[in-house]
Amino acid sequence: MKLRKLGLTGLWLSLTCSMPAWSQAVDPNLGRNLAANCANCHGTNGVSVGGMPALAGQSRDSLARAMKEFREGKRPATIMHQLSKGYSDEQIDLIAAYLSAQKAR
Amino acid sequence: MTNNFRRSFLKASVGGVFSAGLGGLTLSGCAAAPARPIGRVMVIGGGFGGATAAKYLRMWSGGTIEVFLIERNTQFVSCPISNLVLGGSRTLADITRGYQGLRELGVQVLHDEVSAIDPAKKLVKFRTKFADMSYDRLIVSPGVDFMFDQVEGLNAEAQKTVLHAWRAGPDTAALRRQLEAMPDGGVYLLSIPRAPYRCPPGPYERACQVAFYFKNAKPRSKVIILDANEDVTSKGPLFKAAWKDLYGGIVDYRGGTEVKAVNARDSTVRTDFDTLKGNVLNVLPPMRAGDIARTSGLITANDRWCGVDWLTMESAAQKGIHVLGDSTLSAPAMPKSGHMANQHGKLAAAAIIELMNGRQPSMAPMVANTCYSFVSDKEVVHVASVHRYDAAQKTLVAVAGSGGVSAQRNELEGSYASAWAQNIWSDMLG
Repeated sequence: MKLRKLGLTGLWLSLTCSMPAWSQAVDPNLGRNLAANCANCHGTNGVSVGGMPALAGQSRDSLARAMKEFREGKRPATIMHQLSKGYSDEQIDLIAAYLSAQKAR
Repeated sequence: MTNNFRRSFLKASVGGVFSAGLGGLTLSGCAAAPARPIGRVMVIGGGFGGATAAKYLRMWSGGTIEVFLIERNTQFVSCPISNLVLGGSRTLADITRGYQGLRELGVQVLHDEVSAIDPAKKLVKFRTKFADMSYDRLIVSPGVDFMFDQVEGLNAEAQKTVLHAWRAGPDTAALRRQLEAMPDGGVYLLSIPRAPYRCPPGPYERACQVAFYFKNAKPRSKVIILDANEDVTSKGPLFKAAWKDLYGGIVDYRGGTEVKAVNARDSTVRTDFDTLKGNVLNVLPPMRAGDIARTSGLITANDRWCGVDWLTMESAAQKGIHVLGDSTLSAPAMPKSGHMANQHGKLAAAAIIELMNGRQPSMAPMVANTCYSFVSDKEVVHVASVHRYDAAQKTLVAVAGSGGVSAQRNELEGSYASAWAQNIWSDMLG
C-alpha cells in the first residue's frame, strides 16, 4: 500500500494547534460527514471492497499528506488532483483523522 | 461496515419490540427495532439515494432510529454500468444486487409500492401488502418518471417497442435483444431530451456502447444520435474524440435536433428538420420527479422537480419530508447522478439524526460527484466535482478550482470505474 509506505516520515503538527477553527466547531461530526464523500469510491468508512486503495486505518499523516500532494499536483493522479482541490487544509485534516481511526478489514 | 458493527447491532436488536402499524404482520428475516427507538424514518425508494440514506441512518444513529425502506423491486439493478450490458461486455447479473445487507443492518425492507402520503397525519399508504404506517420523518427518493406525452405518438402501445431503457432492468435486456435482432447495415436511433435529465453523460456513453457492439458484430450499421441539446451536455470533447477515433463511420451526432414525434408502426421519428427511419428506436422522453413526489405535492419547479433545503434535503413544500436524488431541483452545476444521489442520502441521514435528537444540523455540508463513462469495453472518461454549502446563496455550489474531466480516455480509469461500481453498491446496500 503506497500510502502506508509513505507513513510517518514527516513531522505531524497536532490538529489542535493547526486548527483553531475545528476546536470551536459546532458540529462534532464534520470529519465523519466529510469522509463520507470518500466512501463512494473507497468504501464505507474507507474500507474498500476492492479495486480502490483502502483508507481505513491509514496514518493520519500519510492520508493528509497524500491529499495535499494530490491537490498541489505533486502526486500522479487520474482524478484525485481534481477532487482534492475541493477541500481546505482543515477539512483534509478532519477527513484524515476520521479515516485513520477506522478499523481496516 | 465491520462485522463487529453488525454483531453488536444485531445483539442490541435481540428482544426488541417490533412496534406499531404492521398489525400482526410478520417479517421473517428482518431484524427487529431496538427496544426504545428515538423515532421512525420511512424511506421510499431503494436506489442510490434511498438505500444509502437508510444504511447511514442506521449506522450513524447507532441503531437508535427505526428505518423502513419501501422498494417495489426485490433486487436492485444499477443504471450506472447498465450501458455495458447493451455493449455486451457485462450481464444484467453483474449489475444486480440484493437488499440483504441492509436487512442485516436493521433496515426493515418492505417490497411494496406507496400509493399515497398523508403529510398532515405523517402517514404512508401502501398499494398492496401493508397496512398504513406512520413516520416521524419521511424520505422520498423515487428517481425519475417519464413525460411520454411530450413526444407525439409515444403512447402505451408504442412504448412496447420504442424503449427508453433509462431504468435498468428488463428494459435493458429488451433493448439488447432489439440490437441483437437488428441486421448488419441497420440504424439505431437514440433521442436525447433537453437537459436536465437523469445522468447527463449517460446517453453519450450508450451511443459508444452500441457503436462498440456494432463495430464488432455489425460493422455496416449506424448509430444516429438526435440530441435536443445544442451540443453534447457532458464530456463533449472526450466523447467526440471516441466517436471519431473508435467509431468513425458508425456514429453520426446531430445536436440541436429534438425528436417531436414517434411512429412506432413505421419505425420513424420526426424532428423539426426531418423524418428518419431506424431499425431500433431508443427514445429518452423528457423526465421529471417520480410519480409519488408529484402526487404528494413535493414538486415545486416547472411541474417537474422538487425544491429542497440543501442543509437537510427537506422539501421546500412539505415539512418533515426529505427528497433525494434525481427528483430534486438540482443545485447549480450539480448533475442528476447515482453518485450524487448517494451523497444526498448521507447529507439527509446526518441532518435527520441531528433533527431527531433536537440538535442543529451541520451548517457546512459538502458533497462530491464522480461519473465514469465507458467509451469502449475498457476505456473510460470521467467528470468530477466538489460542492459546498454557500450560506449567502442558500444552496450547494461547486468549489472554485475543483473538479474536471479526464485528460483523455484510458484503461486505468476503466479499472477504477469498475471498482467505483463495486464500492458504491456496497456503500449503499451494506
